[in-house]
Amino acid sequence: MDPGDAAWVLASAALVMFMTPGLALFYGGMDRRRNVLNMLMMNFWCLLTVPVLWAVVGYSLAQVPADADLLGGLDDAFLRGMTIRGEDGGFGLLVMVFLGMFAVITPALISGAVADRMRFAAWAVFAPVWTLLVFVPVFKWVYGGWLGQRGSLDFAGGTAIHVNAGIAALACVLVLGKRKGWPSEGHPPHSMPLVMLGTGILWFGWFGFNAGSALAADGTAVQAFVNTFLAAAAAGLAWAIVERVRDGHVTNLGAASGIVAGLVAITPGAGFVAGMSAVWIGLAAGVVCCYAVGLKTRLGYDDALDVVGVHFVGGLVGSLAVGLFSDPAFFGTDNKEGLLLGGGPSLLFEQALANGATIVYSFVVTAAIMLALKATIGVRVPPEVEEAGLDLAEHAETAYHGEGDAVRVPAALSTTNSASVAEPAV
Amino acid sequence: MKLITAIIKPFKLDDVKAALREAGVQGMTVTEVRGFGRQGGHTETYRGAEYVVDLVPKVKVEVVAEVFDAERIAEVITSAAKTGKIGDGKVWITDVDRVVRIRTGELDADAVT
Repeated sequence: MDPGDAAWVLASAALVMFMTPGLALFYGGMDRRRNVLNMLMMNFWCLLTVPVLWAVVGYSLAQVPADADLLGGLDDAFLRGMTIRGEDGGFGLLVMVFLGMFAVITPALISGAVADRMRFAAWAVFAPVWTLLVFVPVFKWVYGGWLGQRGSLDFAGGTAIHVNAGIAALACVLVLGKRKGWPSEGHPPHSMPLVMLGTGILWFGWFGFNAGSALAADGTAVQAFVNTFLAAAAAGLAWAIVERVRDGHVTNLGAASGIVAGLVAITPGAGFVAGMSAVWIGLAAGVVCCYAVGLKTRLGYDDALDVVGVHFVGGLVGSLAVGLFSDPAFFGTDNKEGLLLGGGPSLLFEQALANGATIVYSFVVTAAIMLALKATIGVRVPPEVEEAGLDLAEHAETAYHGEGDAVRVPAALSTTNSASVAEPAV
Repeated sequence: MKLITAIIKPFKLDDVKAALREAGVQGMTVTEVRGFGRQGGHTETYRGAEYVVDLVPKVKVEVVAEVFDAERIAEVITSAAKTGKIGDGKVWITDVDRVVRIRTGELDADAVT
């Protein structure tokens, strides 16, 4: 194991881990104040369940053996044989933990769509089950499986992660139904500073997500890093300009959404495109996603925080863009050339096929999981809980304690059930 | 006794407070409130969706005074809170039957001076 590679991939794994709390803040700020803790917990729940699942069977089914067409086996289940004493000096273990961070954030992406109304018990089951039944097989297909073998490219998870989670989010909200009062009542963000902080953490972490996916401290990692920098900026800029022209203002939420859309869109091509391609991909993603988030009100699906409009659409734009901009002169001759670099349409076709297969499989299986949950434990909170907020009903917590709120006395000290004002100590 | 209630622009609170002290008023109660009048609200835009905020933040000031003093105090508040622009707020005076200072049991005028 090259020490330089190990150092960079270890650092990248930590960066990707940090993205899930970042995503939680990004979503949590957009949510209403009575549901923000539920949103954070949905994300952190992925950090609690998926690592264990990944070590038990997830990694083995998703990766081992590398050339399995549809699904891996159980050779590395329970991390069997994965030690630092082997020939690779522990690099296999490092790849396992690095990819485990991706497995954590993928189901977390879906939480933004189901905000404000999904039973936490249902989410608690959904997140690990979805990881096993949808994320793991699609990941295998794209990396070493039949889609990868055909020649489709996905550097860091445009298809396997963003298109996959984005279309799953659509299936979830179709089973779950609309929130009370949507869209007439409106659900504006409760804390834009949290959204901007989450956006910054996501961008920071995404350098590990994309550049770490080189699995080495090499030129490809450098190129992916640069592309991640440029595409996010270009997409944020594009979204801001569209909003300024269309609505009259540059908004924080627009800039943040554009940045995330750009990060999503550059993910599949981060290690396959060079030069100004990242800027073109970012600009395209910023404009397309800015309009795509309006589709939900027109088509009537309540994707609360625009997981479909940003992750599904952004991932699709970026993945198809690989078919246009892929540059094998830099990244190995076994890659096909993009259409705009004179490579013909065959790579574009493979990209479309890979995304098509992912969309169909993910949508159908996700809908089946949600329908099964709906028929058994139920997926929606009662209307009165939706009205009063999920934080209190589902987690027995309140996010913001301030003036005008009820006075809180430790239950052990309270002589009655009603809140009382304590006399200040002399 | 009279209760003078004023709904004012939040940034005018310090001016009103200073003017009332100047006028010899011993105490006041301040509450953050929301409401609407002719000023209407404002709009916010999130991901292209417009939201109208029609209840704007205001501050409510309450002062209890003797009957003869109520008009003067209302006048002090009015001049201190005035900007001349829409949304300056309202002042009104209502009757109060009885005021008790809790610590001493003093009543009415004695309770507020």
